[in-house]
Amino acid sequence: MAQQNIRGGLDFEAPILELENKIEELRSFSQTTQVDLSDQIEKLLERCNEKKRAIFANLSPWQKVLTARHPRRPLSSDYLQLMMDDFVELFGDRSFRDDPSIVTGFGRLGGHKVCVVGHRKGKDTAEKLACYFGCSHPEGYRKALVKMQLADKFGIPIITLINTPGAYPGVGAEERGQAFIIAKNLMEMARLRVPIICTVIGEGGSGGALGIGVGNRNLMLEHSYYSVISPEGCSAILWKNTEFKERAAEILKLTAEDLLGFGIIDEIVPEPPGGAHREPVRAAQSLKEAILRHLRELEKLSGEDLVKARYQKLKRMGVYEEETAGLLSLAGSA
Amino acid sequence: MNDTPQDSLPSPTAKRQLDPALDSGLEPLEARTDAVKKRRDMPANLWMQCDGCSKLLYKPRVEEKLNVCPECNYHFEISSAKRIQMILDPASFEERFTNLSPLDPLGFRALKAYKDRLVETQHRTGLKDACVVGTGKIERIPVVFGVSDSRFLRGSMGSVVGEKIFRGVELARDLKYPFIFVSGSGGGARMDEGILSLMQMAKTSAALADLDRHGGLFISVLTNPTMGGALASFAALGDVVIAEPKALIGFAGPNVIRETIKADIPAGFQTSEFLLEHGFLDRIVNREDLRSTIASFLRMFVFRPA
Ligand SMILES: [Zn+2]
Repeated sequence: MAQQNIRGGLDFEAPILELENKIEELRSFSQTTQVDLSDQIEKLLERCNEKKRAIFANLSPWQKVLTARHPRRPLSSDYLQLMMDDFVELFGDRSFRDDPSIVTGFGRLGGHKVCVVGHRKGKDTAEKLACYFGCSHPEGYRKALVKMQLADKFGIPIITLINTPGAYPGVGAEERGQAFIIAKNLMEMARLRVPIICTVIGEGGSGGALGIGVGNRNLMLEHSYYSVISPEGCSAILWKNTEFKERAAEILKLTAEDLLGFGIIDEIVPEPPGGAHREPVRAAQSLKEAILRHLRELEKLSGEDLVKARYQKLKRMGVYEEETAGLLSLAGSA
Repeated sequence: MNDTPQDSLPSPTAKRQLDPALDSGLEPLEARTDAVKKRRDMPANLWMQCDGCSKLLYKPRVEEKLNVCPECNYHFEISSAKRIQMILDPASFEERFTNLSPLDPLGFRALKAYKDRLVETQHRTGLKDACVVGTGKIERIPVVFGVSDSRFLRGSMGSVVGEKIFRGVELARDLKYPFIFVSGSGGGARMDEGILSLMQMAKTSAALADLDRHGGLFISVLTNPTMGGALASFAALGDVVIAEPKALIGFAGPNVIRETIKADIPAGFQTSEFLLEHGFLDRIVNREDLRSTIASFLRMFVFRPA
């Protein structure tokens, strides 16, 4: 088990990993010795599935954050490979440079033409460094916008896959107007005349996530999170150190259930038992099915109606008190 | 160092900036006690220290200069009321959307409950939340005018600020008035309202996209400090974007950047002058010239229905 943990498991997954290891051992034993152990294996598999369900149905907000950041969690590149046909990646922002931390391109999803824009965290160390671990620079957001506007021109729906700790906080990013570029994306995405479906597949880190997150539909994978600030950042502000990150994750209300409750997202996309990292193929099927369902609904709307619907959706977001002639009403999305 | 120094927290400066992108309006304790000590040492509240040049200044003289340092031209933060008085025609301002008040949708409680902080801040400032929006006139030209107030949880944007800006922009669209907003937010998106605050960025930006489509004019005025989620949404989206001198303006806070890059940041980083040099501001305008400059834009860019 220890080995398995080193391979990238989380503490609370230990009972699952233990069973998975046992199953693996039995399988290889039965293979080498030609002894039939299928009954035992079957039983263990059942127990393992129960464990997965029990553990992952009761994750704390912080455990969700850890799952969203799981080293083996499928990334945009995995979903592209597993969901798309004929995907052609397009590079560059036509202005400064190609930011690899955002992947953009065109292809087909279940027969529908789509443009895909997704954060890229990188698979190996070199790629992770080039992608700043999924933290985009202004040119990444500009690249996203250039490709989305290309999609808009030719009436092609847009799918975005959100997975970032946040937009990169650096000197170059500020010099090149990080805030201005993100703001521009928010404004322009609001008026694109094609369907936009945004899904948080892992980390939804604040403005960096929202920069490709204005859609007609907003979805979250079951064990992803979406927050105005990272739990560590919140803890640092409130308690002056990052030790209270678990408590911060709780009070920030950043899980998919929380966001569904606030009316911020439209749907939680279920993950396979034990999390997307256990069965990326099934996770991708689940996501593809959800996106296609929403896409078919949205494709019935005109460009004008899509813009209006997005506007009305955003208009409802917020929770406040409104006093009208002595009457109190609680307005907003909650 | 604003107009009610006795009972307000010290104004956040570059040095004291916490997290940029968002913040709950809490100042580091040391900063707070330092400032209190400093204030106690000053005779009869007549003297103040400049955040820009550290010189001791005679307060009546600073106030006479619209709260600008006579020595170094540092622009001190001022209240929304003072801002309205400075920019709009006398007695022309009519506040709107005064029936909106903040709630505590997350039940947010750390060392202190958000609910309690709201009540305290409301008492201290006389404001319901961190921005004021209404109609008024500038050199007799009717406008919709909004301003954030950095005394209220550092001018941060939660649901009420987002809603007021949204409604203000819609009002400008419907009345065919220009929309003017003076931003001052060290707080960015308000952490205490979590994801709902983040969504105000998209919401206000969508309203401005709609105003733009209708041919409306938006003049964005950036003041010290305008950071994080405020800058990364409505504040950056002006047809014209101007700033007061020496304001701190940026996405990520200087401390966060320093920690990330493990190096010092260049002098003058994230100031108005830095932004002008890098091409993100149309112009830097002294406080005393703001009113006349805005008026000249209003005469130049007249509403043309699209
Ligand atoms: Zn000075």
